[in-house]
Amino acid sequence: MSSPEWKNPVIKWVDTRLPVFSLMHHSTAGYPSPRNLSYWWNFGSLALTVLIVMVLTGIFLVMNYTPHVDMAFDSVERIMRDVNYGWLIRYVHMNGASMFFIVVYVHIFRGIYYGSYKGPREILWILGVVIMLLMMGTAFMGYVLPWGQMSLWGATVITNLFSAFPIVGDFIVTLLWGGFSVDNPTLNRFFSLHYLLPFVLFAVVGLHLWALHSVKSNNPLGVEIKQPEDAIPFHPYYTIKDLFGMSLFFMFFLFFVFWAPNFFGEPDNYIPANPMVTPAHIVPEWYFLPFYAILRAITFDFLWIIPAKLGGVLAMFASILVWIALPWLDRSKVRSARFRPVYKWFFWVLVADFVFLGYLGKMPAEQPYVIMAQLATLYYFAHFLVVLPLMAKLEKSVELPESIAAAVLKKGDA
Amino acid sequence: MRKLIIAAVAALTMSMGTAQASGEYHPDFKEASWSFEGFFGRYDQAQLRRGYQIYSQVCSACHGLRLLSYRNLSDLGFTEDEIKEIAAEKSVRVPHDEVGAELNDDGEFFTREAKPSDRFVSPFPNDAAAIDANGALPPDLSLIAKARIGGPHYVYSFLMGYAEEIPEEVSSQKGFTVNEDKNFNLYYPGYYNSMPSQIYDEMVEYEDGTPMTADQHAKDIVAFLNWAAEPELDERKSLGLKVMLFLLVLTAMLYALKRKIWADVKH
Repeated sequence: MSSPEWKNPVIKWVDTRLPVFSLMHHSTAGYPSPRNLSYWWNFGSLALTVLIVMVLTGIFLVMNYTPHVDMAFDSVERIMRDVNYGWLIRYVHMNGASMFFIVVYVHIFRGIYYGSYKGPREILWILGVVIMLLMMGTAFMGYVLPWGQMSLWGATVITNLFSAFPIVGDFIVTLLWGGFSVDNPTLNRFFSLHYLLPFVLFAVVGLHLWALHSVKSNNPLGVEIKQPEDAIPFHPYYTIKDLFGMSLFFMFFLFFVFWAPNFFGEPDNYIPANPMVTPAHIVPEWYFLPFYAILRAITFDFLWIIPAKLGGVLAMFASILVWIALPWLDRSKVRSARFRPVYKWFFWVLVADFVFLGYLGKMPAEQPYVIMAQLATLYYFAHFLVVLPLMAKLEKSVELPESIAAAVLKKGDA
Repeated sequence: MRKLIIAAVAALTMSMGTAQASGEYHPDFKEASWSFEGFFGRYDQAQLRRGYQIYSQVCSACHGLRLLSYRNLSDLGFTEDEIKEIAAEKSVRVPHDEVGAELNDDGEFFTREAKPSDRFVSPFPNDAAAIDANGALPPDLSLIAKARIGGPHYVYSFLMGYAEEIPEEVSSQKGFTVNEDKNFNLYYPGYYNSMPSQIYDEMVEYEDGTPMTADQHAKDIVAFLNWAAEPELDERKSLGLKVMLFLLVLTAMLYALKRKIWADVKH
């Protein structure tokens, strides 16, 4: 699918000097996609859509927000009460964060199920992990901005984690705080970074897409495009499919905005931040809960060298960083779980384990939850470090179809 | 649709357990319903006015509503003149007079009558004064209906949750001690609250013929406080219906278009 001969003289003139039209053609009508992508493949473009929605609503929020400990809370309430449609912009932004994580979690686990991280898509996958880390940082700092009780105390708990690192720990924490406690300088730097990071996100998403357009989409069969019949142009087929999915997704998204805007939030964050009063339970936003559970699961010193707190922090970071090694931990030649009868089951156990960790992250740090979190954490790492490498050796996969077209057309005939 | 339900259920289970997160025993919230709940729910203006009557005659002696402005009372059907009158009953501090003096001849701050554009004047000039007068800080109520787990259901249960007898489930808990100085409330975290029960039959005189029972009073004040916390609710839900209707049609059309475009592609 080479670039077309432009007939319109203006388009042709521009395109020879700056090939924007060729670029657009290459990434739409000229971009071959597997013909068999399921609706699980909608979530990538959905994630980009939510990112755009977040940036747009964020820009309007900033016009009315005051990043100062004495005024931040009231300025948010002013947006809610006095700014025209301020409540709508803020509720879209607030729920948008949850939507972003819902969409991205589906996107990630879809990639895990269909082996989308395997060669030649390793860099595509790793860029995805970087995006996830950037999102988590951005979301965490955004949650601090309304300067409610959970903003202040969540920030205190999470930034304190860095003090666990030997030697540099206290230095890092002081640097994050801009002082010796979470206070105005902290709010200011978090605000600055919360505005900056989404643009870094855009850049990494650009790389993610660049890599995608080079290696092309994986698909439910996990068999590469081998011949022209395997592929269809992205436009119009997947543009319309993405648009339909997007419209459906917006109904889900906006249901929360209009009817349950505080469903995902903590009521405590409607209490202005007060350094003198600690909330009874400090819980992070729901999308951090599985990692929070892993953090709290390490209640014991590890090998007498690593104290429990540092162990927890390391385990939490490792639980995401292990995704980077995924392409090399899972050496099975077969991508899609469809043709991996054993892996398929372990995938769902991993999903259940992850959801269970999320539940435990919400529970108080007491028995029996602690031991459950420890077992769930152990299993989480065992899945990646033991089960996957072993399975690559032991599992007998089902025979793969010859090509996408062969599988799709046969199914059609039957 | 199936995916939608699955996602909704997943989201639900993620946020469950909030209520039981603290180990303390509290009964389920008391049964109550309000006009503003549900898909088509709207505020009942007459109820909000009754609630405002209770706030202004009872609650406002100790509790502020600092995030509301007097002009917001137009939502409750008050006319511009009525709002001016209500505001004028309060006075606000002025930083200085026309010539720039900050204090008058008696060494006091200058004040003026409040205007509709002013925020509700809180009953105490600052937290220290409020604590001094009450023994504890009466919280500002602007966001109380959003700032507690259970929202209006909590506030209602709390108002009706004062009890003479301490139930077995509470007193049998480890570490529970009776506090003679404070007031026992079944729903309050830690059980003992500085505020005594405020709700009783005929606590205020309604003018619209609504029965003046304790329960009705509690429901009315909770409705008012919910409005104070979410004044945009009516507008939000009515815009939501329009947006959903639009999306429903758009989604159906996009689906038809998708079917049409994909009609001759086996996939």
